[in-house]
Amino acid sequence: MSSLRTPAGGRIDRADSLSFTFDGRRYQAFVGDTLASALLANGVHLMGRSFKYHRPRGVLGAGAEEPNALVTVTRDDARRTPNLRATQVELYDGLVAESQNRWPSLSFDIGAINNLLSPFLPAGFYNKTFMWPRSAWHKVWEPPIRAAAGLGVAPTLPDPDRYAQQFAHCDVLVIGAGAAGLAAALTAASAGARVIVCDEQAEMGGALLSERDATIDGQPAVAWVAASVARLAAMPRVRLLPRTTAFGYFPHNNIGLSERITEHLADPAPSLPRERMWQVRAREVVIATGAIERPLLFPGNDLPGVMLASAARTYLNRYGVRVGTRAVVAAGCDAAFAAALDLAAAGVQIAAIADVRAAGAADGPALAAARAVGLPIRACSTVLAATGALRVAAVRLGVVAANGNVSPGDTIACDVVLVSGGYTPSVHLHSQSRGKLAFDEALGAFVPAAPAERSRSAGHCRGINGLGAALEDGACAGAAAALATGHTATTPRFVATALDAGIEGTPGALPQLASVIPPAKAFVDFQNDVTTRDLALARREGFESIEHIKRYTTTGMATDQGKTSGLNALGFVAAESARKIAEVGLTTYRMPYTPVTFGAFAGFARGDQFDPVRKTPSHDWTIARGGVFEDVGMWKRTRFFPVGTEDMHAAVDRECLGVRNGVGMFDASTLGKIEVVGKDAAEFLNRFYVNNWANLAPGRARYGILLRDDGFVYDDGVIGRLAADRFHVTTTTGGAARVFGMMEDYIQTEWTDLSVWITSTTEQWAVVAVQGPKAREVLAKLVTGIDLSPTALPHMAIAHGEICGVPLMLFRVSFSGELGFEVNVPADYGTHVWEAIHAAGQEFGITVYGTEAMHVLRAEKGYIIVGQDTDGTMTPDDAGVAWAIGKTKHDFIGKRGLERPALKAKGRKQLVGLATVDPQVVLEEGAQLVATANRPAPYPMIGYVTSAYHSAALGRSIALAAIADGRARMGETLYVAMPGGDIPVKVVSPVFYDPEGARINV
Amino acid sequence: MLIIDCPYCGPRPEPEFTHGGEAHIARPADPSQATDQQWLEFLYLRKNTRGVFAERWRHARGCGRFFNALRDTTTDQFLATYRAGQKPPAVPVGGER
Amino acid sequence: MSDPNRRPPRIDARDWLEPLPAATRFSFRGSPEAAAAASRALGVELSQVACRANAVGERAALWLGPDEQLLIGAESDAGAMREGLVAALGDTPHSLVDISHRQVAFAVKGAHAEWLLQSGCPLDLDIGQFPVGMCTRTVFLKSEIVLWRTAPDTFRLEVWRSFADYVASLLAEAAIELSA
Repeated sequence: MSSLRTPAGGRIDRADSLSFTFDGRRYQAFVGDTLASALLANGVHLMGRSFKYHRPRGVLGAGAEEPNALVTVTRDDARRTPNLRATQVELYDGLVAESQNRWPSLSFDIGAINNLLSPFLPAGFYNKTFMWPRSAWHKVWEPPIRAAAGLGVAPTLPDPDRYAQQFAHCDVLVIGAGAAGLAAALTAASAGARVIVCDEQAEMGGALLSERDATIDGQPAVAWVAASVARLAAMPRVRLLPRTTAFGYFPHNNIGLSERITEHLADPAPSLPRERMWQVRAREVVIATGAIERPLLFPGNDLPGVMLASAARTYLNRYGVRVGTRAVVAAGCDAAFAAALDLAAAGVQIAAIADVRAAGAADGPALAAARAVGLPIRACSTVLAATGALRVAAVRLGVVAANGNVSPGDTIACDVVLVSGGYTPSVHLHSQSRGKLAFDEALGAFVPAAPAERSRSAGHCRGINGLGAALEDGACAGAAAALATGHTATTPRFVATALDAGIEGTPGALPQLASVIPPAKAFVDFQNDVTTRDLALARREGFESIEHIKRYTTTGMATDQGKTSGLNALGFVAAESARKIAEVGLTTYRMPYTPVTFGAFAGFARGDQFDPVRKTPSHDWTIARGGVFEDVGMWKRTRFFPVGTEDMHAAVDRECLGVRNGVGMFDASTLGKIEVVGKDAAEFLNRFYVNNWANLAPGRARYGILLRDDGFVYDDGVIGRLAADRFHVTTTTGGAARVFGMMEDYIQTEWTDLSVWITSTTEQWAVVAVQGPKAREVLAKLVTGIDLSPTALPHMAIAHGEICGVPLMLFRVSFSGELGFEVNVPADYGTHVWEAIHAAGQEFGITVYGTEAMHVLRAEKGYIIVGQDTDGTMTPDDAGVAWAIGKTKHDFIGKRGLERPALKAKGRKQLVGLATVDPQVVLEEGAQLVATANRPAPYPMIGYVTSAYHSAALGRSIALAAIADGRARMGETLYVAMPGGDIPVKVVSPVFYDPEGARINV
Repeated sequence: MLIIDCPYCGPRPEPEFTHGGEAHIARPADPSQATDQQWLEFLYLRKNTRGVFAERWRHARGCGRFFNALRDTTTDQFLATYRAGQKPPAVPVGGER
Repeated sequence: MSDPNRRPPRIDARDWLEPLPAATRFSFRGSPEAAAAASRALGVELSQVACRANAVGERAALWLGPDEQLLIGAESDAGAMREGLVAALGDTPHSLVDISHRQVAFAVKGAHAEWLLQSGCPLDLDIGQFPVGMCTRTVFLKSEIVLWRTAPDTFRLEVWRSFADYVASLLAEAAIELSA
C-alpha cells in the first residue's frame, strides 16, 4: 500500500484489507479505516467542493466537526445517503462513495466560477439581488439557485430500511466515552448505578485512541480504554452504546440518541434495523463531549491539505496514516506541538512551526519537547497565506512585531499545513439543556456554567486540560452523579502520563488580519462558505448583535452549529468591534448536534404503522367485496360498495335508493359510546346536555346536543336510558374521546356533588344500522325476545333480547329518515351478526351502504353532522336544532353562553337548504354565497355551503348552507360564486325528503 | 417529553397526560347571575403567565384524574403538583402576577 | 374458542407473544367503600394502593385510578361475577359496566419482554421500578394500553380491540432484530 501508510501501529487491522471506490476510482484500505483516513492514506486530500463558491476542499478534521469532506455513500438507488462526513464513514468492503456539489468532476468543477464571482456574492447577496420583481422569485430565480446550491442529493425511492426506536432509563447517562466519560462511567457503575454510556465513534475511547505515548495506571492509554470498556461491558446494569450520537438534550433530562446499527456493515443482516432512535430518561447526566480544535484564519486556510493539527495526529496514531510528507505547523497554542512531534517521529518532514506567540510566552511541555528534538520553531511567526490549486503547495509566513504589525517573511513549500488555534469545549448539549455558559478568559473559550437540568459536564468539554485532570474530573462527576441517585461511590484515582498542552488558544483572526483593511478573505465557517470579509461586511452594514450577524452571514448555522466556526467568528467580530468576546455573546446552540436521519425520527411510524388503523367488524367482509374505505380519524370506514364497474356516484345512487325503497345495512360501530351510571346520572346529563333527561323513561332514547360553555355546538348523538341510573350515550365518531374527557372534567372538578361515573363502551359494541321500509322484516327473521311491532318498539325505543343467539341491545333509531334500527351486539359477535343480517336480508334485496350514502340520506332529511354543517361557532338555533333545548332547565353547559348578545344578534348564519336552479349542478362544499349577481368587487360573502350531494331519491342536487339570516330568506335566489361564474340557487327548507317524517314512524 | 408528578400515580411521562389550561377558574355556581362581562372573563380571559403558572393536567392515559400543577413557563420545570380542589402550595420566589 | 360465532381481533402467537383467551371484564368505578364490598364479593382485594393488581385464581382486580378498577375473570365467570357484585354492592353507589369485548389481552413474555415493550412504552419497566404486580394504564406509542407485570418476564397487555393489531404488529417489528 501507499508510502503514506505507516509500517505499524494504529487501530486498523492490517491483516484485513478491503477496497472501496470514491468517485468511481477503486482504492485499498484496512478494516478500521474511515473513508477520510483511507483516502488520505491513498494521497487523496481533495474530497469535496464548498457549498457556495465550489472551492476545492480537503478534510479539515477527523470527527464530527468535519465541515468540508461531505460525501454521498450509495448502496443502491434507494439507499443513497448524502452529506455524510467522510471522517465518520466507516469503511466496509465495496463501499461506494462520491463527492458532492461538483460538475462534471471534483477536480474540474464548472460551479467554481462562483469562486471567481465571489466578490459579487457577498453575505446577503440573494436577499439583496433577487428582490424584484417579487413574482420572479419562484419561477425565475429560485430554481437555478436551488439547483446550484445544496450539497448531496437525496434518493427519490422509498427507503427500504427499517428504523427502530427505544425508550431507556438510567441513573446516570454518560455522553462521550473519552478519558473523562470512561472515568465517570466506571465510577458511577462501580457504585451500583444504572449507567448508559454513549459515544458517537465506532470505538469507545475518544481522544485517547489518538494518543501515542500517554499512559494510564501504567498501561498505554488504548489498553486502559480496552480494559475499562470490558469492565463496563461485564456489569449487568451498564449499557454501552457506541456509534451513538447524543444529538439533543430535551427537558427533564430526556436525551435523544441516534444509534447507527448497520451503516458500517458491508452486508447487514436483513433482521437488523439501520438505525435506532433512543429516548433516554436519565436521573443524572454526565456530559463528557470533549473539545474541538479551532482552525486559524488566513487566506487559503481552506485549501486541501490544510487541516487541524489534532486531526493529523489522529490520522497518524489511530489510522496509521501520514497526512503528507512535508508539513508546516501553524501554532496558535501549545497543542500543535504534540502533533508536530508525532508526525516528525513518523518521518514527516516538519518544514517549519510558525508559533504566533513570542518565545518563552508559553513554554508548555510539548513545546519544550519539540525544541528538544530540534524541530524548526519560529516564534512570533504567522501564516500570511496558503497557496496552491487543488492542494496546498506553500505558505507565506509573516513576522509579528511586538506592536502587532506583521512583516512578510519566507515562503515555504509544503504539502500539508497543520493548524491549531486552541480548543473549543463542546458545550452544545449543556447549552441545549438551557444551561448557562461563561466565558473563561484564561481558556479563551466558553465553558458550562450553572446547569439547568440534572447534569454536569466533565473533562475537556468544560475546559479541563490534561489527561490526569480529565480522568479525575470525570471520576468526580461520575461519583457526584451516582450519589445524586442514591449510590455512594468511591472515587478512583488515576495515575496518568501524557504530553499535556497548555490551555491557551487564539480565537479569531491572526494578527495580520486585524491590521489589513479590508480584511483578507479567510474562511471562518467552511461549511457555509462564510469568510472574514462577510463578517466585516455585516458589521459595516450595521449588524452588531452576533445573532444578527449569524443570520445575515449564515456563520455557524445548519449542521456546523459552531463546531469549528463559532469561536473564530466571535473572536473576529470582537476584534473588529473592539469588544471582548464575552461582550459579543454567543448564539444559541440548536439540536441536533450532528444531522439525524428522517428514518431515525420516523422509527416504526411508517406506512400502515404510522397510526393505528382501527377496523370495524365488517372490515374483512368489505375487503372481500371490493368496498372502498375512507379514513375517519384513525378508523377505516367503508365509503361505498361498488358493484361491477360502478363509480362512486353510481354506487351511492344505488345504495341510497336501496335504503329508501327496500332495506340497507350499514356498519355504525365507530360511533362513540359512553355508559353513564349512578344515581345522579340523569341530573348529570341534564347539566351536561341541552336536553331534558329527567323525563326520559327507561327504554327510551332522545337526540342530545352538547354545547361548550361558550354556547357553541360541540357534539351530538342519541342517548338512551337503559335504567333509572344508567344511560347509553352515543357521540360522533371523532368526538368520542373529547366528549369523554369533558365529562370527566365536569364530574371531577365542577360537579363533585354528583354520584355518577362514566365508562367508554365504544369498542364494547358492534353496531349494525338496518334502515329502510323492510328493516323490520329482515330483523324479524333473526331477533328473539323483542316485540318489533311499532307499538311495542316505537321510534326512539330501546329493547334487549337476542339476535342469532347472542345478546342484543336494539335501538329503534334512524339517521336515514326511514324505519330504522341499530343492532348493538358485543363486539366479538359483530362480524357474525353482520353476516347473518346480510344473509337474512337477501330475500328483501338488502343493500349494503357506506358513509357516502349515509351522508346523502341524512342530508336529504336535513340532519346535521357536527363538524361538517357546524364549525365551532354555531349555536343550536343557528343549526336549526334549538327545539332540543330543555326550556325549563335553570342551567346546562352553554346556557349562559347562549345569552351573550352576539349569539342572539340578527345576521347570524343559519343552516338552510339550497336548491340549485339547474337541478343537476352539485355545489362544492365550502363554496361562498353572495346576494346579487354581476356585482362589483368587493362584495360581501353572506354564507357558505356545508354539505352538497346528488340525491337519487329526488333526482336532483341538494345542499345545506350556513347563510346570514337564512331562515328569513326562504325562497330568495342567491348566487354561489365560483371561478366559472355564478351558480344561482334558491333558499329552501333543509328537509328535502319526507318533510312530514311519515316514513320513520311505520 | 416532560416528567409530570401525578398526585395519584407518581412521576410519569408526558404522553400519558393532556393539558387542561389555566387552573383555579371555577365555573360560576349560578351562571344565570353572571354579567356578560363576568361570563366573558370566565370563558376567555387567561393569564398567559411568564413564570410560575398554575395549570391543569389530566392523567388521561393513566389514572384519568385531573389535577393541578405549578410550572415555570420559562424553564418547563414543575414546582409542585396537587389534587384538584386543593389550594396551590406556597412556592419559593415566583413570577406569578 | 368455544363459541365459533365469537371472533375477537386476531393476534398471532409468537414465541414472545401469547394471545390470551376471551375473558370477562368489568369496569368498576366507585368509592373505597364500594371497592371493599366488591373485594368481598370477588374474593380478590381491590387494591387501594395505586397501580397494583391482585389476582386469585382467574379473577383479578387492577387498580387503574383512585375510583377505577379493571376486574377480569374467566369467560365463563361472567354471570357469577356480576351476580356476586350486584348482590354485595346493593345500594352502595358505584358503576359496573361490562367491557368484556372492548379489549383483548395478550402476554408479552420471555427474556426480551421488557426490551420489546420499551420500544414503545415510555415508562421505566426495570423490575425495580415496575415490579411484579404493578399495573397501569399507559401508552404504547399512539395506543393506550393497560400493562400488568404478572411475572418477572411476563406482562399482560389489555388493548382496545381496534388498537390491538397496531400494538402487536409494532412489537413484532421490534422483535425482528431479536430473531437474528
